[in-house]
Amino acid sequence: MSTQARAEARSPIEEPGASYQRKRTTRGNFELYSWVFMRASGVVLVLLIFGHLFVNLVAGEGIKAVDFGFVAGKWASPFWQIWDLLMLWLAMIHGTNGVRTIINDYAERDGTRLVLKLALYTAFVVVVVLGTLVIFTFDPCPPNSPANLLPSFCTA
Amino acid sequence: MPSAPAGTLYRGREGMWSWVAHRVTGVAIFFFLLVHVLDTSLVRVSPEAYNAVIGTYKNPIMGLGEAGLVAAVVFHAFNGIRLVLVDFWSRGTKYHRVMLWVVMGLFVVTMAGFLPRHLMNVFGG
Repeated sequence: MSTQARAEARSPIEEPGASYQRKRTTRGNFELYSWVFMRASGVVLVLLIFGHLFVNLVAGEGIKAVDFGFVAGKWASPFWQIWDLLMLWLAMIHGTNGVRTIINDYAERDGTRLVLKLALYTAFVVVVVLGTLVIFTFDPCPPNSPANLLPSFCTA
Repeated sequence: MPSAPAGTLYRGREGMWSWVAHRVTGVAIFFFLLVHVLDTSLVRVSPEAYNAVIGTYKNPIMGLGEAGLVAAVVFHAFNGIRLVLVDFWSRGTKYHRVMLWVVMGLFVVTMAGFLPRHLMNVFGG
């Protein structure tokens, strides 16, 4: 084969100096965004969760002080509502994405991966929707409840 | 064609074991999170229902479980920061072993601050 014929066999010949074009068979950048999200959300979650653990387990009487009145006292303030909402969403997406990665690593059969991921995503939707509704529809002073179980501002 | 066993091909030492510990603690924390949102949701049912369930968190066995959970969270948090540094800091891969020992040091210091206080709350009268 002549040199010219060999050169023509490699087709198409690109323009010299043309910029590199990645093949378009890729399925998008989802895994890249997921990798970035794990790191960004992780840093925020360290702050949110360390704060959560300090206020609920270390400050005051720790776990002994946690009851309905304690939670109601916190969620009466938009500050803790937003704090807990952010924590709920970020932690659930971070955790679900982590478990998704683990399923991809260890479940070898297509059917197994499908079933496990369906269960995972179902749990994600149920927990996130339930948690979000609870934070925003919560009544710190429910009627007909004994006053000694409620935060002190209910009777004021 | 023979298939290689999934997920077992690794090189041992600090890099592998910190990766294993990160996975194990991550999964444990995730399953606790599912339960924790469900138990907290009982505030929407009634004060009595919530207090009954949160009461079980105050017995000594659950108290030890919480200590284990906090240990898992603290390791996952510090090792996660190390992971970010390995990925984004230009010298991250060079110092990844040193950083694991820093993570272990911070872990010990944090738990030394947390455990006495928590265990006194759980076991103290």
